Amino acid sequence: MWTYVVRRLLYNVPVYLGIIALMMAMLRVRNPVMMFLGKSATEEQIADLTERIGLARPFFFQYLEFLGQVFTLNFSQESWQQPGKTVGDLLSDAIVPTLWITVPSLIITAGIAIAVGLVSAFFRGRALDKSLVLVATLGMCISYLVYIIFGQYFGAYKLNDALAGEGPFDGKLFAIESWEPGFPGNWIHFCLLPVIINVVVAMGYDTRFYRAVMVEESTRDYITTAKAKGASKRKVMFVHMLKNAMIPIITRVMTTLPFLFVGSVLLESYFNIPGMGRELLTAINELDFPVTQTFTAVFAALFIVTNVLTDVLYALVDPRVRLS
Amino acid sequence: MTTPTPILRVENLTTSFRTDDGVVTAVDDVSFNVWPGESLAIVGESGCGKTVTSKSVMRLLPEYTSMIAPESKILFGGVDLAHADERTMRSIRGAKIAMIFQEPMTSLNPVFTVGWQLDEALRYHTSLSRKGRRERAIEMLRLVEIPNPEQRVDEYPHQLSGGMRQRVMIAIALCCEPDILVADEPTTALDVTIQAQILHLMEDLKKKLNTAVMLITHDLGVVAQVCDRVIVMYAGRVIEKGTVREIFHSPQHPYTKALLDSIPKAGRREHGKRLPTIEGIVPSLDDLPEGCRFEARCPLAEKRCADEEPDIVPHAFTERPVRCHFPLNQT
Ligand SMILES: Nc1ncnc2c1ncn2[C@@H]1O[C@H](COP(=O)(O)OP(=O)(O)OP(=O)(O)O)[C@@H](O)[C@H]1O
Ligand code: SF4
Ligand SMILES: [Mg+2]
Repeated sequence: MWTYVVRRLLYNVPVYLGIIALMMAMLRVRNPVMMFLGKSATEEQIADLTERIGLARPFFFQYLEFLGQVFTLNFSQESWQQPGKTVGDLLSDAIVPTLWITVPSLIITAGIAIAVGLVSAFFRGRALDKSLVLVATLGMCISYLVYIIFGQYFGAYKLNDALAGEGPFDGKLFAIESWEPGFPGNWIHFCLLPVIINVVVAMGYDTRFYRAVMVEESTRDYITTAKAKGASKRKVMFVHMLKNAMIPIITRVMTTLPFLFVGSVLLESYFNIPGMGRELLTAINELDFPVTQTFTAVFAALFIVTNVLTDVLYALVDPRVRLS
Repeated sequence: MTTPTPILRVENLTTSFRTDDGVVTAVDDVSFNVWPGESLAIVGESGCGKTVTSKSVMRLLPEYTSMIAPESKILFGGVDLAHADERTMRSIRGAKIAMIFQEPMTSLNPVFTVGWQLDEALRYHTSLSRKGRRERAIEMLRLVEIPNPEQRVDEYPHQLSGGMRQRVMIAIALCCEPDILVADEPTTALDVTIQAQILHLMEDLKKKLNTAVMLITHDLGVVAQVCDRVIVMYAGRVIEKGTVREIFHSPQHPYTKALLDSIPKAGRREHGKRLPTIEGIVPSLDDLPEGCRFEARCPLAEKRCADEEPDIVPHAFTERPVRCHFPLNQT
């Protein structure tokens, strides 16, 4: 088992090194200093910024230095756009609101979708299943933007009208502007509506996926064997089927994990939430080189780590992986 | 001495499925008995309803798309399984009637150990302690001649060969000492040498545990080796019944004869010569003929056969049941 984990890790190290090299090269295709400062820059300013990011040195040195910073979690480079703030400050500021939205979204979505998928598969072909599939499909046909706009219209604007200044938050239950820390009050105020929208958006896809997984598992021969042994429907479903279904379920959940940290650019923009997605987008737009480079490296690391984690979880549920 | 009674009496079993093209009847008015300790073969070509018959007995058919007709009876230990509730069925499945399947590669659950899967049956049907169950599991593995049972018990199905997995399936099926073992083509997916071993093992255990076996197969060679009595099915109907000797030596139904003619005779096989197969195909269940279901393929068919379906009745001389207007061996 442990050799398996180590092997997976070792496989992924070169992949990560490659990603970083590629990303750094791409950010240097056009001189980032010149792009940031524009035509009116003085010689001094150019020299200063070039010096600060070590752009004049050979690429390989820059590469090693940056890798060193990433692996020692040294994020002390200063942002160009927000002088006085380090990349680390920006990261730790942005990660909090993002996690407040993405973690509850993921847990609620997975929980409900797996349950609904199970129910749907259990009643396969009957009215309940057919209506659930229909609703899920309809839900999938509607764009993310529509959910955001309607969510804001009814959830914030209309609802606030109805509350007419009464109740908590001065009658404004859901905000669509900015974000402040605090749980549970501020969380409900700032995050609940985006979370609901996230859950509704993902629900259609996830329900259909989990239903398909369960339906497929329910037709397997070992299910008939279990029934022929005298297992109850519940045992068949929750012991035999679910443990096998864990493999595709884990993949599904794990592939969405990196987005926990990256957040949803769209949602964060519409609700003016200063999260990771919006922060990276702003940095790119404003040609903030140190922030862009480090944020990208961190996101790539998160992808790799979840990859390894997925493999490890596989090994835990599937003996065919663990013992091979 | 008490008169022997059958342990399972299937009477007028009719099983239908709701499909997109309407209702099809896969098993039509099938009756037979299973006697204690005997080996009963159900034979017939693919699609004739052998599996549906056995799954009807176990009530393992899809709940909402299959129906067993109200007049059907499956009498076992004073209970009518055809209409028993799920609770009753659960106490019978695996305990009183156990089943093994064709595909040993997929019949075991890949994510649980062999021991766990044996343990499960014992947990449902015995009051043994955890330790007792483990001992019993190892004992069963030894009984089905798996080498190193103490080690194998903790292995996963993918670590075993196909033949071994089928042995494990047999161990699971027999661990609660059922009265009947239903084996649905248990050797079809295996190599010839392994086939023989598995059949041997089943024979052996059947005698040791005095279990009746319902062996479903389309391989008459297997039937000749291990069975006592035979039921021949065609397109959802029983068309002939008899002892193995009777069926092999004096088949009464043209279909039974055709089946026998298509068996390769050991040693007498001429190279390069194809086996005679039965011409034509089985009629589709949603388009069954009005008359005899074998009429289109029958060498003896006459006008009456197309108009009127024969009943299953005792043969004029042998008094052995046959479903044919013009059965063989009449003179
Ligand atoms: N769940 C189902 N829904 C609809 N039709 C079914 C279903 N199960 C079986 N059938 C039909 O019932 C008929 C009998 O099938 P069955 O599986 O009993 O055949 P079989 O004799 O076991 O054949 P084989 O030798 O191929 O296993 C087939 O025509 C099949 O299409
Ligand atoms: S009833 Fe007629 S068609 Fe049918 S098997 Fe007998 S002889 Fe052949
Ligand atoms: Mg079959």
